[in-house]
Amino acid sequence: MSSEIARPSSEEEIAVFVSDAAAAGTPLEIVGGGTRRALGRPVQAAATLDLSGHFGITAYNPAELVMSARAGTPLSVIEEELDRNGQMLTFEPMDHRPVFGLDGEPTIGGVFAANVSGPRRLTAGAARDSLLGVRFVNGKGEIIKSGGRVMKNVTGLDLVKLLAGSWGTLGVLSEVTFKVLPKPETTATLVVSGLNDAEAAAAMAAAMALPVEVSSAAHLPASVVNRFLGGALGWEPATLLRLEGLSQSVLVRKEKLSQAMAAYGDSRLLDAEETAIIWREVRDVIPFTEHHAKPLWRVSVAPSLGHELVAALRLKTGVDAYYDWQGGLVWLQMEQDVDDELIRAFIAQLGGGHATLVRAPEPVRAAVAVFEPQPAAIAALSGRIRQEIDPAGIFNPGRMVAAR
Amino acid sequence: MSEMIAFLEPDQAILGRRGAILADIADLLREDALITEARELVPFETDAFVSYRRLPLAVALPETTEQVAAVVKYCHREGIPVIPRGAGTSLSGGAIPQEDAVVIGLSRLNRIIEVDLPNRCAVVQSGVTNISISQAVDADGFFYAPDPSSQLACTIGGNIGMNSGGAHCLKYGVTTNNLLGARMVLFDGSIVEIGGKALDSPGYDLLGLVCGSEGQLGIITEATVRLLAKPEGARPVLFGFPTSEAAGACVSEVIGSGIIPVAIEFMDKPAIEICEAFAQAGYPMDVDALLIVEVEGSDEEMDAMLARIIDIAKRHGVTTIKESQSATEAALIWKGRKSAFGATGRIADYICMDGTVPLGQLSHVLKETSVIVAKYGLRVANVFHAGDGNMHPLILFNANDPDEAHKAELAGNDILKLCVDAGGCLTGEHGVGVEKRDLMTHQYAPADLQQQMRVRSAFDPKWIFNPSKVFPLEGRPGK
Repeated sequence: MSSEIARPSSEEEIAVFVSDAAAAGTPLEIVGGGTRRALGRPVQAAATLDLSGHFGITAYNPAELVMSARAGTPLSVIEEELDRNGQMLTFEPMDHRPVFGLDGEPTIGGVFAANVSGPRRLTAGAARDSLLGVRFVNGKGEIIKSGGRVMKNVTGLDLVKLLAGSWGTLGVLSEVTFKVLPKPETTATLVVSGLNDAEAAAAMAAAMALPVEVSSAAHLPASVVNRFLGGALGWEPATLLRLEGLSQSVLVRKEKLSQAMAAYGDSRLLDAEETAIIWREVRDVIPFTEHHAKPLWRVSVAPSLGHELVAALRLKTGVDAYYDWQGGLVWLQMEQDVDDELIRAFIAQLGGGHATLVRAPEPVRAAVAVFEPQPAAIAALSGRIRQEIDPAGIFNPGRMVAAR
Repeated sequence: MSEMIAFLEPDQAILGRRGAILADIADLLREDALITEARELVPFETDAFVSYRRLPLAVALPETTEQVAAVVKYCHREGIPVIPRGAGTSLSGGAIPQEDAVVIGLSRLNRIIEVDLPNRCAVVQSGVTNISISQAVDADGFFYAPDPSSQLACTIGGNIGMNSGGAHCLKYGVTTNNLLGARMVLFDGSIVEIGGKALDSPGYDLLGLVCGSEGQLGIITEATVRLLAKPEGARPVLFGFPTSEAAGACVSEVIGSGIIPVAIEFMDKPAIEICEAFAQAGYPMDVDALLIVEVEGSDEEMDAMLARIIDIAKRHGVTTIKESQSATEAALIWKGRKSAFGATGRIADYICMDGTVPLGQLSHVLKETSVIVAKYGLRVANVFHAGDGNMHPLILFNANDPDEAHKAELAGNDILKLCVDAGGCLTGEHGVGVEKRDLMTHQYAPADLQQQMRVRSAFDPKWIFNPSKVFPLEGRPGK
């Protein structure tokens, strides 16, 4: 594990530190608030580069719907400032603290480095879709900027997307510029009760095909439903469909959506306050936050296939599951074993997708591929890209794939 | 007219063994799939950036991904430049070839492979036109959102190359936000799948990097795109303002208030006059600026949204409000806007700029644009997507007057620099191509460009893909 810890407070300091580390060949672990440190393969580093000292919102004009902040800025600071102006991050980043049982302060840099999104990702895009520009320090210690502060930009290669979700293995983000949106005036959630997983998948697909702009769709099977809203949903499986927007719009759409969903089952409506709570619980994987020793998988497949995967797994192993993103994001808590080969074989059989081992003890994460193994040509290409940005391979070595 | 922008010098060795190269490539394709006669190559010598032309070595028209891969593999081995081409509608010269290059035209890869409505996506070959995707799913109540003005002709492969937007991307995003997966041929002829029907993919976001890479990283042969449920209805409304500043301020307030209309289009007085003369859309002639604001949804929702927008417009001194009362009126309002480029082309030659600026800078940039253009003794009409700050000044000139053409190009460069200096960028949706290549140093520092070029090299070590584009010719790696 890391011994030396550096906590720079400016981009120049980051650059100098990285440049020295590159010259010495010192592998670095890049850390923001450390709340996602347990996600990924264990990093083999000799020193830690802690970004939490490089913080502050650097530009924010609410009328332009754009904010810039230094990477170490706590997410809570960003959200408070947006909230004060009636705005929000559309991609609804998940808070990983509950699933790991960790404290700490998530940072905006960490959110983008891990491309962390939430339920609204289904319709509003992921963190990477909101990210407009970055400043980062590459593996040579050079300060690089890419993208900008405008919504439409096709000027040169989009390194912004490449950095988003690279888990600190390509560069040290120093400043991020992202799109924000006004908060919806009101929200509501239609809860359809009693559907099994397959019926729920069909109901969610039907809801998303309606012109009512459902913003998120999740399904909570009977085994987890009581963990939401303090048990207020009872024990019947619940299929959740969220509406957001101007109050007149939501009023009209609630009616239309209820009518269309009547064919699938009984339904009830949650008000704005309950809506806020339940979607936060969906986002933060609340049903699987009690047993930190149980392996937790995050599986991404075509929305209509999520329930087929779970049905196949249930015949073979002890697993509990629920669905977000219309069924395409499956959270799997394993009873005992990580079952990586089983899960990945079923995903491949179903026609593709990927699985990430979000929670498991460190030795397991060192032995099992945490992120979906890539086909050879893609792995080789990714390796060449990394070589061109971090030639000495000093950033988070081993985090995504076993170090060279 | 003397050309301001240089292309790479053709490799004489390649030109010298043209016959052998063409024979080799012909063997990789079906019988009638290689164009070699000069007369037949002419349609491929340029795209919609017509002031530059280069006749290519040959044009290959493969019918399968495997044929694309075979040609690319051969060209990489032989060091022959490859220019991917969709419909050739690029406004920045992205599809203009060079003398020693083989154009790979994707027009025969034109099948919609699969429409998957439960997963709201379609798998299409890259030569499929943008509009045909929406047409294929229209009866089922879906559409494909990005709608560049050239959507009748442009291909999805070209859209991915340029990360195309359109009038409605304010609400729905641009191509990169609507693309789920791609099948791509790499430099060595290997075929890879990136992304798919799942909403996100593992590893580095190669799809995000490839989208908007202007054909420099590989050749896309298939794409999986997101489909959306069609809204119940859409209604455009015209707002006339006494000044551009008032219209700009109205746009900022609408967006800031939490209402995201599906489109907000801006036209200044010269643009209004040109479009009205052509389309007789009923645009008001006594205003200095016009906004077309389109809202979507059910009648009740549109009424509610428009009531709020009208309130805001009134606070900014709107003098004309014209709601469309029927589908015909709505179509007429859009006809004026959508014919803007064509209508302008009837009265003068023009070049269309594509800089994007932060919303707060719109008024300033509009004002400075007129100053710049007046300095060169030319005229300008502005028609653009105001909601996202993507400006399209049309600089009018006479192409038969070399001096005026030169001045138009200079004015365009000055305007783009103005956009960058205002915190914006050179291009929002048309791409850098050759047109804006030499301005890249104005937006990026040398280290930024070097980093982009090194990533480019990871995909294309010999720089065979579309090599005269995007990056200034000086300072390239290995040069």
